[in-house]
Formats: sequence, C-alpha cells, structure tokens
Amino acid sequence: MKRYSAFAIAREAFRQHKGWGEAWKSPEPRAAYDVVIVGAGGHGLATAYYLGKRYGITNVAIIEKGWLGGGNTGRNTTIIRSNYLQDPSAAIYEKSRALYETLSQDLNYNIMFSPRGVMMLAQTEHEKRGYLRTERANALQGVETRFIEPAEVKRLVPIINLAGPRYPVLGALWQPRGGTARHDAVAWGYARACSDMRMHVIEQCAVTGVESAGGQVTAVNTTKGTIGCKKLGIVVAGHSGALADMAGFRLPVESVALQALVSEPIKPCMDVVVMANTVHGYMSQSDKGEMVIGGGADQFNNYTQRGSWHHIEETVRALIETFPMVSRLKMLRQWGGIVDMTGDRSPIISKTPLGNCFINCGWGTGGFKAIPGSGWAMAELIAKGEPGPLAAEFSMTRFREGRFIDESVAAGVAH
Amino acid sequence: MLILTCPCCGVTAEETEFHAGGEAHLKRFGPGSADAEYEAYMFNRKNPRGVHFERWRHVYGCGKWFLAARCTMALEVFGTYPAQTHEPPAEIVAKIKSKRPEWEGFA
Repeated sequence: MKRYSAFAIAREAFRQHKGWGEAWKSPEPRAAYDVVIVGAGGHGLATAYYLGKRYGITNVAIIEKGWLGGGNTGRNTTIIRSNYLQDPSAAIYEKSRALYETLSQDLNYNIMFSPRGVMMLAQTEHEKRGYLRTERANALQGVETRFIEPAEVKRLVPIINLAGPRYPVLGALWQPRGGTARHDAVAWGYARACSDMRMHVIEQCAVTGVESAGGQVTAVNTTKGTIGCKKLGIVVAGHSGALADMAGFRLPVESVALQALVSEPIKPCMDVVVMANTVHGYMSQSDKGEMVIGGGADQFNNYTQRGSWHHIEETVRALIETFPMVSRLKMLRQWGGIVDMTGDRSPIISKTPLGNCFINCGWGTGGFKAIPGSGWAMAELIAKGEPGPLAAEFSMTRFREGRFIDESVAAGVAH
Repeated sequence: MLILTCPCCGVTAEETEFHAGGEAHLKRFGPGSADAEYEAYMFNRKNPRGVHFERWRHVYGCGKWFLAARCTMALEVFGTYPAQTHEPPAEIVAKIKSKRPEWEGFA
C-alpha cells in the first residue's frame, strides 16, 4: 500500500497521477479462511480491521453481495454522537466517537471527521427534563455534553426559529465533540487498511447458504463458490434476518426502510448538526453545501431500499417551523436504506446458537456513528469467542432474560 | 405508497390512513410458558424477503384490525382479510402461489 501524504501528492503531480495504484485489491476467494465476515459495510470492514490490528488474525475474507459500502454505510446522514442515557450505549458509542477522532491518522485515509458539535433540541417540557437527566448521566459516563439555554442555541444556529408557536425551543443537549464524517471514506479507508493486511475484500459475492455440522458453521455458499471458515461473522444490517434464516435461527429483528434527503447546495448557513426529536427531523449541512435531512423510519417491513413519499413530506414539514428557510429550499435527492430494528431498538453483538458464528446487527437508524466501536467490540467477540466489556450487554439473550437496553423509551423515538 | 382495502368497512385507501402492526398469525404465549416460547412470541420474527403476512389497523377509518399479505421485495399487496382467523384464506394463498411459484407456503 502506498502511503498517502502531502509528499505523495507532490510526487504524483509530476507524473500525471499515474502512480496511485488501487486502494484495495479485488482477489478471487480462496477455498477457506480462518474468519469469514459477511457484509463489507462499515461495521463488517471495521470488524475485520480490528481483528487484524488488535488480534493478529489476518487470514480473513470480507464478502459483500453488492459493492463496498453500498448499503447503509453509503445511505445515512453521517451523524456521529454518543449522548445516550443508558450506560452500555454510552460506553460503545463514546468508544466509537473517540476512535473516529483519530481514524484518519490510524487508517492513513482522510475520513473527513468534523467534530462540529451535535445539538438535540428540547421542544417540550418533558423533553427538556429528559435531556437534563441525560446530561447528568453523561457526566457520570464520562461523555462530554451539556444542556444549553435557548440564547446559546440561537448563537450556534442563527437560522433557527426559537419561538414556536407549537414547539418552542426550550434549550438543547449539546455535544461539542459530536459531528459528521465522510461515510464512503470510512468504508474505503477500512477496506484499504484490511487489504493492506492481506485480507480479502470480495465484492459482488452474495451468500446463498450457510453450511453447518454439529452446531458449528463449516462454510458459506456464495455466488463465487463455497468458502470454508473456522469462524463466521454476520454483519449485514437490514438483511440479518435472511442470513440468520440460512444459518437456522431467528432474530428479534424487523427490517424497515429509513429515508433521507438532501437539498440543493446553498452557501454555508449552519455549522453544527441539529436534531429535533419531538417533531422528528434532523439536519446538517454537507461540505458541498447541501442540507442533509433525515427523519423517522417507515412503519412496515420492507427490503426495497425505497420508502413511502409521505414520510419525506412529514420529515420536511417537521423542520419548517423550526427552520423556516427550509420552505424555500428545493430538494435534490432522496434515498432509502433497510435498517434492522430490534425489540428494544438497541443493537446486538452476540454469540448465536451456532458455536463459531457471531452476529452484529440491530443498529437500526443509528449505525454509522457506531462503526469503529462496533467493529472493535465485534472483533474481540470473534477473536476470543466471548464478548468483552463493550459487547457483553448487547447479547441477544437479553430479550429472553428481560435485560433490555431501553434507549427507545429514553429517547422517546427510535434513535 | 401502499394502497390497502380494509376488509371490515370496504374502504380502499392509501397507507396514510392505516397503521402497520407487524407480523400476523403469531401464536401467543403468556404466563406459565417457557422462556424460549415467550421470547419467540414477543420478539423473534420471520422478517422474510418476499411474502409477508402482517397486521394493519384502519386508524383513520373504521378503527378495526385486519390482516394483509404483501411482498416485502416488491411492495405488492396480494390481498387483505379479516383478523379473526389463524391462517390466511385459501384464495389468497392460491393467488400468492400463482404469482410467486418459488414461495415455500404459509408455515
């Protein structure tokens, strides 16, 4: 792998940029690997990266039915935050946020992490009390957040309308080190680093079946042939149910569409991320100038990567009172991703009924922010066969045991 | 946008008039059941790629619950039927089989 640097740019400038080479190799699969990861999105690639980096396991294949990062990794609104109420969530999302801080240096790939600050607006008294509680929880968890008053909100977001009338802004939970990153670059950066460790990133290779014997996975059948494995990691977000079905078990997961949209590009007008959970819309401005807008998930089971039009209308309508300028914006593009929603709206990083098969899913509407931390925890689970402290609470046995991680109730919405 | 027909009041309307209620025909397990049975009933779902039987409620209409057969890959609605049944009616099963020959059937 050629190291990217200012000197490399200068060097390439003198030879018409012909020397960059490919960022990652596209090999044909071998007959067997120590670890096969299904799903080359952010979470799958991060899992492979930390398997190599922290545990020295590099005989690894990451197989992907489409193209690299073409699922939810490339379909989100790129928000990174860790201001969660419950301890297990705050721990893994804060680990993830902290890893994002130095990820560009670690991967030698500019993921454009922009810790511009994330604020979650309090627009009802109930929500304000909720965020005051979260602020104190975050202080105990070592997550830097603070509740800010409306005047401070207005100073940070001049385009906001504080007055309501229906949902006045009563303050906000402010996480100054939250922000955004370039979503594709996260997948590309991890893939490049994995390829550099001689792992195989295999695109256009769909899994069609899982072979097992004596309660252990032996191989996966794919459109590029049967690939043997000593351990299997399933990291496929919205299609987790389909993979679990092939492996012979059922998950507490339902797949629904989550949509987002961007406006035409405009001049810089908002340099923080704003989330309005009562009316359910969130917005940030991309480096290109587009307003990136997201809302709530569609309601019914769906695998089509497109959602219902009325959800877009509801999302934009929700933002217009709080950001009157939105009513003057033309919307440019809209897209949907298939998100895997668990019973308690918190993720699963878990052992499965098959001894050497592990699953990482259920990130629902908030997976992008968790990519590095999720990969870190999943790699530990695969390498050791037992979950470490970050993953322990996210076992799927929690549904049987009633140990829910109830961020859904804490946030009042899916998160 | 889905278009559904409520089998209770006969109104055909867009999905904004309805509310989705998740997988249909679940076998209920209550107090006294094994942990695994209760977990499977409460949380574990088929979540299929393809034919899905699901509950809907006509919230902005007659208010009644009913069931629908729908494809989660194409969003095609095969039909709706009243909720007072343990399995989908034969004519809906026949219609699905004619349109999705590879479908493994209701189980």
